[in-house]
Amino acid sequence: MAEGKRPLPKPTPETQHYWEGAKAGELRLQTCNDCSKTYFPPRPFCPKCGSRSVKVVKASGKAKLFSYVIHARPAPGFDPPYAIAVVELAEGPRMMTNIVGCPQTPEALKLDMDLEVTFEAQNDAISLPFFKPAGK
Amino acid sequence: MKQKSVAVVGAAETTQLGVIPGMSQIQLHADAALNAMKDCGLKPSDIDGVATAGEVPQALAQYLGITPTWADGTAVGGCSFMLHVRHAAAAINEELCKTVLITHGESGKSRVAPTPRPPYPDSLAGQFEAPYGVFGPPTMFTIPVMRYMKTYGITEEQIAMVSVVQREWAAKNPRATFKDPITVADVLKSRMIAYPFRILMCCLVTDGGGALILTSAERAKDFPTKPVYILGTGESVEGPMISQMEDFTSSKAFRVSGKKAFDEAGIKHSDVDHLMIYDAFAHLPLYGLEDLGFVKRGEAAAFIGERHTAIGGKLPCNTNGGGLSYMHSGMYGMYALQESVRQMRGIAPAQVKDAKISVCHGVGGMFAASGTIIFSNEKG
Repeated sequence: MAEGKRPLPKPTPETQHYWEGAKAGELRLQTCNDCSKTYFPPRPFCPKCGSRSVKVVKASGKAKLFSYVIHARPAPGFDPPYAIAVVELAEGPRMMTNIVGCPQTPEALKLDMDLEVTFEAQNDAISLPFFKPAGK
Repeated sequence: MKQKSVAVVGAAETTQLGVIPGMSQIQLHADAALNAMKDCGLKPSDIDGVATAGEVPQALAQYLGITPTWADGTAVGGCSFMLHVRHAAAAINEELCKTVLITHGESGKSRVAPTPRPPYPDSLAGQFEAPYGVFGPPTMFTIPVMRYMKTYGITEEQIAMVSVVQREWAAKNPRATFKDPITVADVLKSRMIAYPFRILMCCLVTDGGGALILTSAERAKDFPTKPVYILGTGESVEGPMISQMEDFTSSKAFRVSGKKAFDEAGIKHSDVDHLMIYDAFAHLPLYGLEDLGFVKRGEAAAFIGERHTAIGGKLPCNTNGGGLSYMHSGMYGMYALQESVRQMRGIAPAQVKDAKISVCHGVGGMFAASGTIIFSNEKG
């Protein structure tokens, strides 16, 4: 059993919509109304063109495994070995996550495999998006 | 900056390297600073510019009894000292100060009075990376590598070879922590840290420090040491979140910093006699060789495998043994600079014969920042 607790995020005014979305089972990104760039992590302006005219959009939840390590040592809240992954969302942005629903091995974790988002509540306020092999 | 307008006249590491439980972080700075002042015959009252990371410049100034007219607390991780050299050269040229002391000291192993680096749960990294179990550099710096390996068909054996070659250099260095030879098989059966990284692909964790003293090339003539001139400099930053690194197979900060330094120096890659690439992990020399332009993308592993960076090779690299075998207190950039200065002075334990130009390339954070300094030992 994992010792300690997984570090949890403390939302800021700029990221509140993201964490509210996660709690509601939605992966939320932002898109620029001026240049159409979809981006992550959240901020109230476009990192490509600087426009403050941006909107919150619901992501498809589809992603591909982009890169990862499998941590072999203990960390608070985790049972080693566990994969720390970066996935590339269908909408373009990349994000860090954990891969659930499959063995934490190089054999099971193939780069570019299809993944889909799933959410796990950590407490009343925070749910974390994880990714699992698509169609499982 | 103006080529060769500024020189390193003083350079030293802490009296001891390795495990130093009897010294706090600030005293490691001071020990290195006093050694560097002794190296070039100066006292604290002769210093009018200070730059440091880990500690803040005001702490260093007060502790050493220095009254500076210029201070730089740029802290972008392990390459902060490359940025300090660059900024100091500009400050000296602009006559903001005459004699700059740059220090590093870190109780990386013994943890005596270190600067706390708490994770802030409301930072972007605290919100979007920490919850997924990143736990120190071995779980962050390493994340892009699987993508790099797939893109270029690089094997674990090829990455292990980086550690093997650097251990060969370390064997020639009496101050290196690890000197015993290792093989690729040894690396690949060493303890797993974060797949595909095993412990022999990760840097050491030790105590130590280093200091540099810079002044104008004009004044450098009056010092007892052989001047080591600044020929070109570069710096850049990308960002603190490894998950948001623009290209997992190449560091933007490396490319920008390296190009700036080479452009300033006005040299070709074939002019370089000696190279240091900050190696917190075994993949960094691969990214460094490619992003600095010594080889094409994807070719660095073969280049190292063909022993071009090894003893007797055409591009001797990490000749002190590197962070993998020499020492690594946390912000290793200072030790890379020290080795470049030793090579330019002609006094390195594994001296590259007739070396005239040394490139010293640093990384800060997890591909977060970069600084590049090109040194020359010829005034002309």
